[in-house]
Amino acid sequence: MSVETLIDNFVKEHEADLTALPDYSSKDFASDQDVRWCPGCGDYTILKQVQNAMPELGIAKKDIVFISGIGCSSRFPYYMDTFGMHSIHGRAPAIATGLKTSRPDLTVWIITGDGDSLSIGANHFTQLLRRNVNVNLLLFNNEIYGLTKGQYSPASPTGMVTKSTPFGSIDHPFNPLALSLGADGSFVARTMDRDPKHLKEMILRSHKHKGTSMLEIYQNCIVFNDGAFELFTDKKSRPQEAIYLEQDQPLVFGKDNDKGVRLNGLMPEIVELGEHYSKDDLWVHDEKDSTKAHLLSRFFEHPANGQGVQFPRPFGVLYAVDRPCYDEGVVAQVKHAKETQGEADLDALIRGGETWKVK
Amino acid sequence: MSTIDQIRDDVTIRFAGDSGDGMQLTGTLFTNTTALLGNDLRTLPEFPAEIRAPQGTVPGVSSFQLQFGSHQILTPGDECDALVVMNSAALKANLSLLKKGGIIIANTAGFDKKNLNLAKYPEGINPLEDGSLSDYELIQIDVNQMVKEALADMDLGYKDQDRSKNMFVLGLLYWVYNRPLDSTIDFLNQKFGKKKPEIAEANVKVLKAGYYYGETAEIFSSRVIVKQAELEPGTYRNITGNEALVLGLVAAARKSNMPMFLGTYPITPASDVLHGLAKYKKFGITTFQAEDEIAACASAIGASFGGSIGVTSSSGPGVALKGEAIGLAVMLELPLVVLNIQRAGPSTGMPTKTEQADLMQAVYGRNGESPLLIVAPKSPADCFEMAFEAVRISLEHMTPVIFLSDGYIANGSEPWKFPDSKDLKDIKVEFEGPRHSEDEPFMPYRRDDRLVRKWAIPGTAGIEHRVGGLEKEDVTGNVSYDPDNHQKMTNIRRDKRDNVANNIPLQEIDQGSESGDILVLGWGGTYGSIRTVVHQLRKEGMDISHAHLRYINPFPKNLEKLMKGFKQVIVPEINDGQLVRLIRSEFLIPAKPINKVKGRPFGVSELKESITDLVNNKIAPAF
Repeated sequence: MSVETLIDNFVKEHEADLTALPDYSSKDFASDQDVRWCPGCGDYTILKQVQNAMPELGIAKKDIVFISGIGCSSRFPYYMDTFGMHSIHGRAPAIATGLKTSRPDLTVWIITGDGDSLSIGANHFTQLLRRNVNVNLLLFNNEIYGLTKGQYSPASPTGMVTKSTPFGSIDHPFNPLALSLGADGSFVARTMDRDPKHLKEMILRSHKHKGTSMLEIYQNCIVFNDGAFELFTDKKSRPQEAIYLEQDQPLVFGKDNDKGVRLNGLMPEIVELGEHYSKDDLWVHDEKDSTKAHLLSRFFEHPANGQGVQFPRPFGVLYAVDRPCYDEGVVAQVKHAKETQGEADLDALIRGGETWKVK
Repeated sequence: MSTIDQIRDDVTIRFAGDSGDGMQLTGTLFTNTTALLGNDLRTLPEFPAEIRAPQGTVPGVSSFQLQFGSHQILTPGDECDALVVMNSAALKANLSLLKKGGIIIANTAGFDKKNLNLAKYPEGINPLEDGSLSDYELIQIDVNQMVKEALADMDLGYKDQDRSKNMFVLGLLYWVYNRPLDSTIDFLNQKFGKKKPEIAEANVKVLKAGYYYGETAEIFSSRVIVKQAELEPGTYRNITGNEALVLGLVAAARKSNMPMFLGTYPITPASDVLHGLAKYKKFGITTFQAEDEIAACASAIGASFGGSIGVTSSSGPGVALKGEAIGLAVMLELPLVVLNIQRAGPSTGMPTKTEQADLMQAVYGRNGESPLLIVAPKSPADCFEMAFEAVRISLEHMTPVIFLSDGYIANGSEPWKFPDSKDLKDIKVEFEGPRHSEDEPFMPYRRDDRLVRKWAIPGTAGIEHRVGGLEKEDVTGNVSYDPDNHQKMTNIRRDKRDNVANNIPLQEIDQGSESGDILVLGWGGTYGSIRTVVHQLRKEGMDISHAHLRYINPFPKNLEKLMKGFKQVIVPEINDGQLVRLIRSEFLIPAKPINKVKGRPFGVSELKESITDLVNNKIAPAF
């Protein structure tokens, strides 16, 4: 008897109902549910840009799944007209791992927040990155607990006064990108809700990457932590405070692109372009360089900051490398077992080794 | 002294030694040989939770007991006829389990000053020499010396020599109980033959040396013959509960034509389920060793959402961690099989000791009204059928099912008349099909008359939908906080669970009449002890019957009527009274408890005494 239960056969069977990919517009990805975030919430732009990006993936809606945990951002799947699961607090990476490993044919997105992924689900978050399951994770970081109405989160800065920290938080925060790099994430990037163009570009890049794509999105919570990222999102301060990373391009920033970052050994330095330094002297961005990625992830907590140097916050892809995905490895093992271990004979399995007859 | 042959109906033997002495392997090999000879049997492996507890001490003792016989054997035996002790700690820990007049085979090398000290015998006291064992037939052998001599012509290090000494006692017992050596020799050659042929050779030599020592040394007054048991005709194999469980899962995957996904985290005594399933990838089975118990369960739910049979395996502490995720599966109405191989609790408890104290956890141990299904195998081999049933019910009813095994039946073994796969039920799975834009919109929580929704898996066009842990609106599955809807959905989830009673067998009386004075109602691993006791009491003229529950939530439809046919219902359990409380609250029947929590199954004589005393009003029920 042939083995009909193997995963690849299963997938094949379901590919039979694949029709030609429709000409989707972003509206095709909006569900019939009313969106219930606070007016002005950064989540709206993220939803919009995800819906805008979807038609460009070239993937049928039926093959897309959004999985979330708990929190404001985790309501996201309800608003997408794809398959979706709003699961339990912090566990979306684990659920997504089970789904993607058993159904590698699906395109799986994880929607999570700083509370969901950096505290209750920090274990699953890091294990997902370590395993490099081929899924995309959008981390909505607003540095606050919104849904439970305003407690500090593991991403809130030390000293932050919130409902649960009336005298200021004494917790040292997680640096999500450094944490992701530390967990050997194969794709680590940052964007913000207030730059829709860059946001969409990063969503598409995340999809293209094979492996776990970790995209941190600075998202403004208008009610409990308004303006947390204003320095980077405000058009006036942004040129000074944010630096957009592009592959093979020097690290240039400033109102008139008049500043840059150069490396003095392993020490980043801010330099004025012109008289003493030209673009040729600057640090050239290389997504495949993990040492540089680690430096970039820690720009704002760099020791040089102690000397009154304010480094610009990097946005874009800090790190992107190819390495084997967990789900591919699992499928390969099943395939190999099927090819090399002979027929899957259930009766032989039940019979086992030694038997005896009673007459 | 000449040896005479003595025919016995049944024999209980116990191998005991230090954790490193290989007693579990010795017991298992004796069991396999005995099973192949056609005896019925039951085993009880007992070992410390520590991998290598301090050598030579009482906490480090590992034991393996088996009863085998020429008639039906349902328990590993209360007291042993023969006790093998490899050191003084093993004697100290196990002597109370030996019958008066029983045989002690003691390795004298384990009774030197150092070992006696480690076992905490008083200074200057050696139980082998002080006459304290005069009630027993004491056989003293310096096994270490025997092994050394047997291997004199081989160039083996001390460690390898020492490691083969369990084969000497195994060989000796094979001689005493008239067992052939070939199955064990085959095993040794298979295990070591290729990589370490000298180790295989040494072990076989020592095994034979033990056998021939029995034959020539004339130290035993008799040699025991236990004839074949009159088992039902058919082909048999020996199997442990966890092995049978694994096979039941694989069989159910095949019979449903579905891929299976096990998400799990190592825990005693459930890890063998992972070890077993991990080998069967060619049957379309994926195993995932997750980062924790929660992720293990969550990954299984993710796989189930995608159209696999999601399975998660654990023991009580792990199931406690999975609770929230199990609740999610209840809300999502997805298949999920949760395997709980129970152990003594609470908290970490006694990981390698058995208990049945997670029944209430299975029924009630989640937040909110969270009804699900519970099945419980009654013996090692029954794990096959009940695992199959767990998958069948889960898939056919789109619901989580908890499978409650325990350490005793998981590690214990018995002969199994295994089925032919073509005789196993087919499992019907219904998927929601693709829809076109002109079709009626898909309603994820639309149900059939059994209240079961269809499995709607990603990859199916036109049925894109969202599920989640928030309360669902009836039919549409949209998020709803409507008070009446919550009442309705709570009722639906309960009724859906109760409807499964139409898809499980009616409760049967295992032994005795359909009505009468006393019904002993058991569940799970107590089956063998209860059956044996009820058999004896019936022979002695008591009007007593036995029924054993394998489906607990919901109960079989006829259970109430059946229990009401008896004047008294007695519920023995290895816990502090859980099924008995469910029975009382569900049916208002004054069922009486018999409970024990010592990390071991009921002994036949103790259970018989408890039941007799309760029936004769010599003792009042504990509550």
